[in-house]
Amino acid sequence: MAAISRDEVANLARLARITMSDDELDHLAGEMDVILGAVARVQEVASADVAPTSHPLAVNNVTREDVVLPSLTPSEALSGAPATDEGRFKVPQILGEE
Amino acid sequence: MSVRDNASVMAAALNKKEISAVELTNQHYEQIAAVDKDVHAFLYLDKEGALAQAEAVDKKRAAGEKLSPLAGVPLALKDVMTQKGIPTTCGSKILEGWRPPYDSTVVTKLKNAGVIILGKTNMDEFAMGSSTENSAYGPTHNPWDLTRIPGGSGGGSSAALAAFEAPLAIGTDTGGSIRQPAAVTGTVGVKPTYGGVSRYGLVAFSSSLDQAGPCARTVLDTALLHQAIAGYDNKDSTSINQAVPDVVAAAKKLDVKGMKIGVVKQLAGDGYQKGVEDKFNEAVAELVKLGAEIVEVSCPNFEYALAAYYLIAPSECSSNLARFDSMRFGLRVGDDGVKSAEEVMNLTRQAGFGREVKRRIILGTYALSSGYYDAYYGSAQKVRTLIKQDFDAAFTKCDVLVSPTAPTTAFKIGEKSNDPLAMYLNDIATIPVNMAGIGGMSLPCGLAAEDNLPVGFQIMSPAMKDDRMYLVGGALEAALLSKWGKPILDFAPKLAGSK
Repeated sequence: MAAISRDEVANLARLARITMSDDELDHLAGEMDVILGAVARVQEVASADVAPTSHPLAVNNVTREDVVLPSLTPSEALSGAPATDEGRFKVPQILGEE
Repeated sequence: MSVRDNASVMAAALNKKEISAVELTNQHYEQIAAVDKDVHAFLYLDKEGALAQAEAVDKKRAAGEKLSPLAGVPLALKDVMTQKGIPTTCGSKILEGWRPPYDSTVVTKLKNAGVIILGKTNMDEFAMGSSTENSAYGPTHNPWDLTRIPGGSGGGSSAALAAFEAPLAIGTDTGGSIRQPAAVTGTVGVKPTYGGVSRYGLVAFSSSLDQAGPCARTVLDTALLHQAIAGYDNKDSTSINQAVPDVVAAAKKLDVKGMKIGVVKQLAGDGYQKGVEDKFNEAVAELVKLGAEIVEVSCPNFEYALAAYYLIAPSECSSNLARFDSMRFGLRVGDDGVKSAEEVMNLTRQAGFGREVKRRIILGTYALSSGYYDAYYGSAQKVRTLIKQDFDAAFTKCDVLVSPTAPTTAFKIGEKSNDPLAMYLNDIATIPVNMAGIGGMSLPCGLAAEDNLPVGFQIMSPAMKDDRMYLVGGALEAALLSKWGKPILDFAPKLAGSK
């Protein structure tokens, strides 16, 4: 049995905000099945007594004094925007018509 | 002075005013014009900016100002690093035409050091790949054989060095993207200790693994570049606030007498090309001749490193790449005034991301989803602990660890592009270093008998002991050079029009 179904991949694509064609989904479902089969090996040694490592350094949160430092001007910050309006990022509608 | 000289030779000639930075920069653009149509190492050339930088360095030198050691020496910058006003694509369509409004810390340091940035180099999209075939702008070709891959993800940087288009380059290494390209092109590359070089302005792929580092044609040149870009940066919260080890002195020392060098049992055997293993073993024998002591060490959990990596890196990438949402910068597709932001986001990411990036985002989204988190991402994090423990135990028995950098020499373009798992196996020997956040170097150790292509020798050193890999690498390089009689790149066939 496949580790992951085509429907599950379609749901993941929706969660990841990537439109996918039927062809892309068919192809990816097959590949994901093979890859998941290979990476599932980690479970062989991941016993309950092993602590997880999320990061190579044992760093704590880094803070600094709350002082104003040089930063981007509004026009620099907007320089790569696909669309702008009155010095702001212009985005497609977020709320529906109704 | 020729573009085939090493960076340190160029630096000395500049210092003695035998050549100006402008002349040296122009020589490199001539070489690029002659060979890059075949190699395709560069995505963008900033000739105007580079010549202005070079002129400024020449003026300072003429005025008798004290300059840093690499002032006036040209460099190729991987296209994953931001440089103010210069297109930064990460090899992706989603960032086509984007000009970042700020410099990465690495670029700031390079500019302050007077290093001349020639242009941006090709890479696998968002640094995901081992062949540079995943670039949205077409593959880079290996200067040793144009039908073969230059490694990845930093294949543009390694190819630029091997084709004498630049004597220095910047790479980034998440699972081997500096070291494996160095291995398959006969060049040198170093992944510094995690936190040793600032990640500010490095477009993130997998934040707990990503590390920028230096690439060059010799160990000393690599050390000089390392010195120029390393050090604490308050703009990177994971930057290490400690003195940078003296890697330049280490590269010059050429003395490994009494050092203990561990050969990792698990990074050999099945899957490793015979010619690769032979050249690796010959290099180990050279180290013995130089007075080093060889210890065999066992790192049993390394065999799980690849599997853990292909859960951790995609998980972090699925989160990091969420920022490419078409709202504030980059590509936007389907904005017809009717479609919602979410629909536009979906269409933009479909059009803007390539196959490998989508594959990893989906894999990471799966590994992080509730119900699967513990079994996949959680287990991979535990393997990460076990790998760190293997390294810790090994470093109680030896000063550095060594292995082949990559299991094979450069393969043919197209050979593995439809088999993601086969492609992932290229990273089998480089990944453990990233998982533990320690340092790793690759330097050339010969040509494989089967195909006459370069083989990489990997040296791994404990965190913040980066000087050790330069010490061993420098000594080995000198021994091999006297054995070969000339640098390894002089064995490569000459490209049409090349100097």
